Amino acid sequence: MNLSLLILLPLVTAVVILFCKGLKQVRSVALAGSVIQLLASCFLLVAYWKEKNAGNHSPMLFESDNVWFTALNIHYHIGVDGISIAMILLTASVVVAGILVSWTMEKLSKEFFFLLVLLSMGAYGFFISLDLFTLFFFLEIAVIPKFLLIGIWGSGKKEYSAMKLALMLMAGSALVFVGLMGIYYQTHSYDIMQISQMHIPLEVQKFFFPFAFVGFGIFAALFPFHTWVPDGHASAPTAASMFLAGISMKLGGYGCLRVATFLMPEAAHAYSWIIILLATIAIIYGAFATMMQTDLKYINAYSSVSHCGFVILGIGMLTQTSINGAVLQMVSHGLMTALFFAAIGMIYSRTHTRMVAQLGGLLKVMPFISTIFVIAGLCSLGLPGFSGFVAEMTVFMGSWQNPDGWYRLATILACASIVVTAVYILRAAGKTVMGPISNEYAVLTDATWNEKLAAAILVIGIVLIGVAPFLINQLIAPGTENIMQQVGKLITQK
Amino acid sequence: MLTDFFILLKQELVITVIIFLLLFIKLGKDRSNETILNWINLFLFINLVAGFFGSQEGILFSEMFHTNKLVVLEKNILNLAMLLISMQSYSWLKMHKHVIEFYLLLLSTLLGMFFMISSGNLLMFYLGLELSTIPLAAAANFDLDKRRSSEAAMKMIISSAFSSALLLFGISIVYGVSGTLVFSELSLHLVADPLHLFAFILLISGFAFKISAVPFHLWTADVYEGAPVAVTSYLSVVSKAAVLFVFVSVLYTVFKPLATVWYNILFVLSLATIIIGNLFALRQNNFKRFLAFSSIAQVGFILIGISGSSQAGMASVIYFILIYVFSNLAAFGVVSLVSAITGKENIDDYKAFYSTNPLLSWILTIALFSLAGVPPTAGFFGKFFLLMAGAAKGNYWLIGIAALNMVVSFYYYLRVVKAMFMDSNEEPISKLSIPILPKLALYICVIGIIVTGLLSWVYDHIFSLSSGI
Repeated sequence: MNLSLLILLPLVTAVVILFCKGLKQVRSVALAGSVIQLLASCFLLVAYWKEKNAGNHSPMLFESDNVWFTALNIHYHIGVDGISIAMILLTASVVVAGILVSWTMEKLSKEFFFLLVLLSMGAYGFFISLDLFTLFFFLEIAVIPKFLLIGIWGSGKKEYSAMKLALMLMAGSALVFVGLMGIYYQTHSYDIMQISQMHIPLEVQKFFFPFAFVGFGIFAALFPFHTWVPDGHASAPTAASMFLAGISMKLGGYGCLRVATFLMPEAAHAYSWIIILLATIAIIYGAFATMMQTDLKYINAYSSVSHCGFVILGIGMLTQTSINGAVLQMVSHGLMTALFFAAIGMIYSRTHTRMVAQLGGLLKVMPFISTIFVIAGLCSLGLPGFSGFVAEMTVFMGSWQNPDGWYRLATILACASIVVTAVYILRAAGKTVMGPISNEYAVLTDATWNEKLAAAILVIGIVLIGVAPFLINQLIAPGTENIMQQVGKLITQK
Repeated sequence: MLTDFFILLKQELVITVIIFLLLFIKLGKDRSNETILNWINLFLFINLVAGFFGSQEGILFSEMFHTNKLVVLEKNILNLAMLLISMQSYSWLKMHKHVIEFYLLLLSTLLGMFFMISSGNLLMFYLGLELSTIPLAAAANFDLDKRRSSEAAMKMIISSAFSSALLLFGISIVYGVSGTLVFSELSLHLVADPLHLFAFILLISGFAFKISAVPFHLWTADVYEGAPVAVTSYLSVVSKAAVLFVFVSVLYTVFKPLATVWYNILFVLSLATIIIGNLFALRQNNFKRFLAFSSIAQVGFILIGISGSSQAGMASVIYFILIYVFSNLAAFGVVSLVSAITGKENIDDYKAFYSTNPLLSWILTIALFSLAGVPPTAGFFGKFFLLMAGAAKGNYWLIGIAALNMVVSFYYYLRVVKAMFMDSNEEPISKLSIPILPKLALYICVIGIIVTGLLSWVYDHIFSLSSGI
């Protein structure tokens, strides 16, 4: 399968949107484009299984490598492994859901859908890039639409949040850039697979790993650079919140894994205690900060900080199971948070408030929305049967495999945060959905077809992973094995 | 000999012919400004196209004048910028009384720049530089009834006289220590002893004045603000580009023996230029001042590219200047339209610009994104390659600080985008009707911004013409 299709489809969709007139045309084109993209991603998954079953064990599949800038040895090199496919499927589902949720976006609809599609293009390009320049190119493409989406269509202190988000993410990519320069001038190549075959000296790794890891970490809400997350998520319009949590933050996690850890494994090993320390702080701090929130969007945003901490923790622990767990957590968190934001958006568009204290008894008038709200919440607190349980469990199992006493303490602390999660989720869900309903809300209506469809796509994903985790595990395991080989090489050397 | 003369001097001769043609048109019967402007733009277009054909390498006047493919390319870039500026200032010049004089002045400076780029001798270089500066000061005074405009001209003439004095002093010492002014011989004579270094520092200060590198930047903002928008864009794009072209080739060839010295100088200059330019740009409200300071910061990035002192360094500088021509002229094009029709020049006036002028807003946004270095615009590639060339020296702290400064510059570019798209305004700039020529110029700029980056052969072509140390 030609992977460039994954970039071309959104590009074509975006261009067609520019020539459309009126909300109806624009949204149909956007939806059509994203559904085709979802189908293409599913097709990619099938093709991947076929290749694997046919006995193709090369680390990257469907590679294509074209020279872009000859003079600088920059290539347009793309290819996928199981991890990228999982991310692409996640992106495609969230994009379809996001477009469905924004079905009635009247204000500047053409620009809105154009930017959404552009953002998704950046994400697809990022996940399939095997060349550091191309990867960086797509990473930055995904930043600017966020600024405009939040600043123009957002709510609350939107300009502040948009600026903060854009600047922090740009600072992240500036750090990544320095890391890339270090790698390039060490190896004279931008090709990820080539670089992974070379050996970068330990001192060089130790100098540049922090740049790359922290740079990508800012995208993934690494403590203490997580401050853009709450403001950005809370101010963004619903679809943009879904994209932010479901896609953008995953760019960071994927980058930490694919670029920082994969290319500089020794430094990752040397610095793992700092990574784990920061991740543990993020998990616990995020959980307690969420307890204090009264706004539904802030609740979800802070809990995202906590949940993304698990991703970083999994990467930092450097065992195969924990990295598996990190990838699982990325997918699971993406689906779950997108669902959560979608539900919050639906509630807000009807009640015009997101304050937990002002809501109550919504189950009586909007059973569907209340149900998905509760599903997202239960997934977030790690109820078995949903994806959250599988992902977090895998992270904990993997972390425990690391025999160091301090790391085990970190694991225990991270586990304990689940109790706090349960408190804030149950409290918010209980207060919002149960109890008496105030008169002004009694006349509200339940979800429309588009909202139901959006939620259904995400719920299917969550339940599928929750009930049959081996499916996705088999998908990502070869990819993580590959990364572990890099790490393992040096551990056996010692 | 005579055919050599005509072929090698082709681009200069075309400009000279246009200047004389304009003089004759001036003498002839009165025509409307529109007709004259259309004719002039046609001339400039022919000039641009002619630059692409029949160029050869060679030397004239005992090494005073030399030309090769790279020089021709640089001149073509300047021709392109000249044409774009001319098309963009259509709305402003249409109302002006002295259209032809304006072009006489600008084309004389362009001629001066051509000689400067082609110079193979410090005297020739100095002559070209002066020819490119003095008419420009007169052009800065072209809003004849505005006091600020004449103030700008005065400031410019004084500061450039000062920088010329520095240059001349430097040149005379160079002659004193080496006994020659020819570029090809100079590099054999220069060594890192104090007198040579003193002369070199004087020369580099002269250059720094012209490209407004910090701490020689103080004239820039005032002149940019006072001069008419067309002259401001000419100053910030064409005249800066020309001096940078010379700067990079002179450093890489003539001053090759002093490479370690100028690397250190460029290191300090570039950091100071980026940081100071950014800090001042943060607080500007006048759009022209804002672009002035942002262009100071851009020069800082170019200096980092030069400091790479490799083939990639020279290529990325020329490549970036080409991109800078498109991006800065797209921004200036919008500002010039708005200024010519409404007289508004403040960033606050652009609040809610999108609600009335969506097309212009998008063009300005794309231009600013390119200046900020956001993909997929060409500015991203330009900045990336500049910093990459600079990183070849292994000075990663410099690169890190520069990259973080890109984030700062991001803030002020986004501030304008925010004003256009997000802020509300009770009386936004009304819907502007855009004449055909400025519109065409803006479209060319936008296409340039998008295409120059994504199509790699542009860079590869420039790279193949460049040379390093």
